[in-house]
Amino acid sequence: MVKKRIVLTFPPELVDRPIIYRLVKDYDLVLNILRAQVTPKEEGKMVLELEGNREGINRGLKYLEDMKVGVQPLAKDIKLNEQECISCGACIAVCSPRALSMDKDSWKLEFDRDRCLLCGLCVPACPLGVVQIEFE
Amino acid sequence: MPKTFAEINEKIKKGEAVVVTAEEVIDLIRKKGEKRVAKEVDVVTTATFGPMCSSGALLNFGHSDPPIKMQKVWLNDVPAYAGLAAVDAYIGATELSERKGMEYGGAHVIEDLISGKKVRLRATSYGTDCYPRKEFESFITLGSINQAILFNPRNAYQNYSVATNSSDRTLYTYMGVLLPNFGNANYCSSSQLSPLIKDPLYRTIGVGTRIFLGGAQGYVAWEGTQHNPVQVRDEKTKIPMAPAGTLCLIGNLKQMSRDFLKAAVFYKYGVTLIVGIGIPIPLLDEEMAHFVSISDEKIYTTVVDYGVPRRKRPILAKVSYEELRSGEIEIRGKKIPTAPLSSLYKARQIARLLKDWIKKGKFFLQEPIERLSLDKRFKPLNIKP
Repeated sequence: MVKKRIVLTFPPELVDRPIIYRLVKDYDLVLNILRAQVTPKEEGKMVLELEGNREGINRGLKYLEDMKVGVQPLAKDIKLNEQECISCGACIAVCSPRALSMDKDSWKLEFDRDRCLLCGLCVPACPLGVVQIEFE
Repeated sequence: MPKTFAEINEKIKKGEAVVVTAEEVIDLIRKKGEKRVAKEVDVVTTATFGPMCSSGALLNFGHSDPPIKMQKVWLNDVPAYAGLAAVDAYIGATELSERKGMEYGGAHVIEDLISGKKVRLRATSYGTDCYPRKEFESFITLGSINQAILFNPRNAYQNYSVATNSSDRTLYTYMGVLLPNFGNANYCSSSQLSPLIKDPLYRTIGVGTRIFLGGAQGYVAWEGTQHNPVQVRDEKTKIPMAPAGTLCLIGNLKQMSRDFLKAAVFYKYGVTLIVGIGIPIPLLDEEMAHFVSISDEKIYTTVVDYGVPRRKRPILAKVSYEELRSGEIEIRGKKIPTAPLSSLYKARQIARLLKDWIKKGKFFLQEPIERLSLDKRFKPLNIKP
């Protein structure tokens, strides 16, 4: 048995389709939804743990790709180099769960790990390369 | 009776000047009124710390033996422009490395130089009788070369527009990553701390104005390129509501620090230089006090749609910086999250530092030698046969 953690991105038109159900039914995978952000008519994000035999998992992943669901490996952690961060805010622009935000008094960048979906968009968005991603 | 630059400088010399930052003066004027503050406060410091693409450094390498008239020059594989005599070259911030592409550019060369790092210089030439050498390669450092002049043709934009994206794909721009279908709205200004927003008609900021630049003392050298003072302005505040004035800045790179000058890479767009600027505004009279009293809720800018790849982008709305800084604006009934690109945190640091320098008599104000134009129009580039 293999366990794999992935980050899924659902385009708005797929958000109301039972895709996760198919992964269980058709590919015999045990699923654990670690985090999810699903809103009608908006892009959906989900952090999912899949468990099953290697073949089932690979076929399940192929199904997701065929359905045009974005699939990325899950990062273990996002690390912010606070010494080098200049609090410009470019990372905030791409953070949909608003894990990255500005303190309204000091205008210093703040990172709320609990809200982070580990999608990793902040990494290339940072102009100084101060946000790093660690993969499992 | 209005104050003069000379009077204020006398007070600075004696350590008696009353200096506050452009944010502190807002509260002060709310409490005491413009008339009193115009009398009691001498200088207001403004600042900004954001990406400014039209930046670069003018360098003189000195002569080799035998000498070379450098025709093509590379610094760490980033081409520099050397069509200036034998050993003068200009390294532009946005020029990309021929080997590393978007990961490394002119701005990185500048940051490496001020960090004391060795930079590889390579030059080729067609050779002349007086400059017989045709190739040269060596390492240089900021200390080993002659002049290293930061010379930025267009900095400190007066009130840049807000960028948003109506198209259905993510756009990667100099205003950061713009998510599709109005996924975000990015703004780039230090707003109520911003130099040209606090002196909207360029009464005290002009050619020759002494400034804080990249950690050192520098000057306004000229009006900036694309200076566009004839812009729609707010009736009451006189602040333009779309990009208007710009400044061309100059300073000694050898005195600057990477705390206030940083190379940046905008994903899938390119390389740029983040420049830290501080400009002191003398409170000469009540009119200046009025200008510096304006806070974010009264400073407006326009939201433009980068989803339209044309020179003139559709203007979608007019918003205030108070709304932008709240984290969300509303366009066509939709709530859009906002994000800054210019660091208010660092701008505040600069404004406080400049205030400190002036109070300690380490920085004197320079009256503009020539005023910036108020009636120049910014022309487009059209194809002409």
